[in-house]
Amino acid sequence: MNDMIIPDLVERELKVVGTRPLRPDGMDKVTGRAKFGADMHVPNMLIGRVLRSPHAHARIKSIDASKARALKGVKAVITADALCDLPSEFVPAGEMMVNFRDITRNVMARDKALYEGHAVAAVAATSDAVAAQALSLIEVDYEVLPHVIDVEKAMQPDAPLLHDDMYTIGADPKPEKPSNIAKRVEFGFGDLDAGFAKADVVVEREFTTKPVHQGYIEPHACLASVSEDGQAELWCTTQGQFIVRAFCAKLLGMEVSQLRVTASEIGGGFGGKTVVYLEPLALALSREACQPVKMVMSRTEVFQASGPTSGAKLWIKVGATKDGTVTAADALLKYQAGAFQGSPVQPGAMCAFAPYELENVRVIGFDVVVNRPKVAAYRAPGGPIAEFAVESVMDEVALKINMDPVDFRLKNAAKEGTRAPYGPKLGPIGLVQTLQAARAHEHYAAPLKANQGRGVASGFWFNIGGETCASLNVGEDGSVAMVVGTPDIGGSRASLSMMAAEELGIPLEHVHPIIGDTSSLGFNFLTGGSRVTFSSGMAIVQAAREVIEILRDRAAKLWEVPMEEVEWVDGHARFTGSGEAKSLSLVELAKTAGKTGGPIIGNAAINATGAGPSLATHLVDVEVDPETGAVKILRYTAIQDAGKAVHPSYVEGQMQGGAVQGIGWALNEEYIYDDKGRLENPGFLDYRIPVCSDVPMIDTVIVEVPNPNHPYGVRGVGETPIVPPMGAIANAVSHATGVRFTDLPMSPPRVLDAIDSNQAT
Amino acid sequence: MASVILSGSLQQLAGGDAHVELDARNVKQLLRMLSERYPELAPHLEQDSFAIAIDGEIFQDVWFAPIEPDSEVHLIPAIRGG
Amino acid sequence: MTKHHVETTVNGNEVEFLCATEQTLLDVLRDELYLTGSKEGCSSGDCGACSVMLDGRLVCACLVLGVEAQGRKVETIEGMASGDTLHPLQQTFLEHAALQCGICTPGILVAAKALLERNADPSETEVRFWLAGNLCRCTGYDKIVRAVLDTAAQMRGATSKSGKAAKKAVTEGA
Repeated sequence: MNDMIIPDLVERELKVVGTRPLRPDGMDKVTGRAKFGADMHVPNMLIGRVLRSPHAHARIKSIDASKARALKGVKAVITADALCDLPSEFVPAGEMMVNFRDITRNVMARDKALYEGHAVAAVAATSDAVAAQALSLIEVDYEVLPHVIDVEKAMQPDAPLLHDDMYTIGADPKPEKPSNIAKRVEFGFGDLDAGFAKADVVVEREFTTKPVHQGYIEPHACLASVSEDGQAELWCTTQGQFIVRAFCAKLLGMEVSQLRVTASEIGGGFGGKTVVYLEPLALALSREACQPVKMVMSRTEVFQASGPTSGAKLWIKVGATKDGTVTAADALLKYQAGAFQGSPVQPGAMCAFAPYELENVRVIGFDVVVNRPKVAAYRAPGGPIAEFAVESVMDEVALKINMDPVDFRLKNAAKEGTRAPYGPKLGPIGLVQTLQAARAHEHYAAPLKANQGRGVASGFWFNIGGETCASLNVGEDGSVAMVVGTPDIGGSRASLSMMAAEELGIPLEHVHPIIGDTSSLGFNFLTGGSRVTFSSGMAIVQAAREVIEILRDRAAKLWEVPMEEVEWVDGHARFTGSGEAKSLSLVELAKTAGKTGGPIIGNAAINATGAGPSLATHLVDVEVDPETGAVKILRYTAIQDAGKAVHPSYVEGQMQGGAVQGIGWALNEEYIYDDKGRLENPGFLDYRIPVCSDVPMIDTVIVEVPNPNHPYGVRGVGETPIVPPMGAIANAVSHATGVRFTDLPMSPPRVLDAIDSNQAT
Repeated sequence: MASVILSGSLQQLAGGDAHVELDARNVKQLLRMLSERYPELAPHLEQDSFAIAIDGEIFQDVWFAPIEPDSEVHLIPAIRGG
Repeated sequence: MTKHHVETTVNGNEVEFLCATEQTLLDVLRDELYLTGSKEGCSSGDCGACSVMLDGRLVCACLVLGVEAQGRKVETIEGMASGDTLHPLQQTFLEHAALQCGICTPGILVAAKALLERNADPSETEVRFWLAGNLCRCTGYDKIVRAVLDTAAQMRGATSKSGKAAKKAVTEGA
């Protein structure tokens, strides 16, 4: 609860929030000083490596590691036995409910390897070369099983079964036989038949998307050190050191407080670093060797064994009247989960139609396991997949009734009071404002040439709050050390210290932020869900207000006046009572803190609630080369409601980065498997993420519709920018070619095929 | 009595009830009352990760969030994010 | 396994190290000399996070063997600033918020410096193609390209007259 936080500051004149100062961690990052996951070296350190399954689906009959153990320089060899086998139950891990049975099996295969790259054993040795040699000496006897990669094939009754105890949750009637369908979800309300009966135009289409990887440039890396008495330290690149602690402690049978996890600088995550892979293995190896163990994934391992997001098969049907009112909307979403249940089909189903005000709506979703790596969160997990398909169909509906696609969206736009397709009514949101900004933008009226097309799409993401702690420690010179528990991926130390400086009324240069380890703060949920500037910001504001209370109290005591007659303005305590004006700065009060009652600190421990959804509208112009099928992005404008942009440069950066990731998803990126279920493109050469010369400048428009639940009106901004691009680009390519594109990625061969077959008909 | 709306999969587990009136003053009371009324729903309320939307504002894991007598309450899956 | 004794110059300092035949220059920089500013993103020359200068030529340190550094000059991100004065690219990257997570930043700075040394007045297209070997997943490249173009303008201004005009243009362009 955030009772203490009142939205009173939105109207206040702001001195720091909303400006563009240099980021506090910037210097380390432009000089090479910043320490990322793989940058740590400690004395007596071993190197760990993982043996991975070459098969997509295989029973592990036996593992003989005796030769590896005998190799000189090998200090530890582990298999699944080194980790606790945990029952299938959902257990709270911070705010998340996780199934530890699946986590322990994903980090190290038990009984069966479920995808190519699935870890089966690990070694620690005195050098990387010795570790690599040791892996080659481990003998694994596999019984290769039939595998299934495709989501619809996996749903067939005769499909190879990944888990023989998986019975579909949410199916009615309850299934009597196990299947690869982990879960069925359904949302919606109204009367679809009546809605479609009222429609003048109905568009119904099927879509496919491929799994795409988050593509962070920094591979997973960690350094674990377990001492002989069981105390453990772990350094790793992660979006949540407290989640890593929770997972690892459970898998290793430790108390959480025995394990101190420090988050390194993180070289990108996008959701992919919210789970554990190497960390429990490094701890188990270190426990066996009684030496520190460092592990770093290769890029191939990152692609093969860390989570991409789902590929999916989607069906969308939308009906509308000639005047542009949507009368009914229906969707069926089938998402690949990878080898263990837990695809983001649920949030995808909730988001699918969320930008629209609908009377009759239904979304059904299936979570389906296949012999691919277990998916991990990826920026607005589930949303981009479903909304790509919905935005494509909405575009086609607008085209059919000859209505401008922005006007069509404005006519049906969700706004404050709209009942979201997942049930509750929405609070204040800024979709209408982003659409108005799109229509008014010079980009929208710019002329297009032959083979060029313009696309528009909107996007929705919820944003979250969650458990958050923060500390402000006022030093004896009045400088402030700020400790937060959420790793900084994209500039949050800047936005958070700006809010601290704003509250305290002191120059930003005097606030020095660090990311605390798991023993320095109470539990923090991870950096994800676009929650950090919102939640850690709330905690910082609360901690700052606690500091101000103490400062007022100290000034009141020094002046021998009641505290009510002391106010805090611009970094100073000011006497407001009658008589001579008195003023003491934070620096002056800090200097005497020891004598006036002791050190001055502010702490906050909250479960932040009241996150506000962020909505966006993107405009894109493309040119399609009819000879090669290549799509060039000519111009791109991203418009988004940020609530309040604390540091506008980094808000723009999120919007630009999300748009370009979306361009990759739309045009190039995909996991390609051979017929044995092996990934054919586990590297940046063949899994091609956008490079600098692929894209134009990404123009941005920040809309600010304040979130009433945050002291500065902040909404999360990090995830929404990846929701609209695929729909916008698909619409643009469709308009440029006259062919509707329903399958991602729209890579040159696919585009050329579509153009050719259209000309043939 | 707060108006509690169950949709989709939850509705199935609640024997098809889409809507129920409960005299719950906070989230914890609400969850207890739902579990008592719908035993089939109970394990899911415990095991799955649920969020509660009270008059449009979403609360995740906040047992003592107050529910007013005229509140509209939705049970929805918890949102995580990347 | 016999190691090779290599003498080389890194950021102007004479250094010696022992390395195995298969160790790359990147392995040596990071694991033998503890210069971890050069990053390993792929070890196949596709991401550019390990960009360094070898005798004045831009290379991916993961595609060069450690032994190849014998008798040559290596420049890394750690040598880019002089004392407490940042290279104009470093300063402008900060001012433009041209980094988010920062993992690609060292490689991009080294690569951009190499560009400006051979072309003081690059076009946007030239910057984009020069940096096409340096992957960034966070920024969408927009602010990076702007920062490089503005640094170039600033450095041209500094070499011709005072440089103040260029500096002003940078701030306004932000």
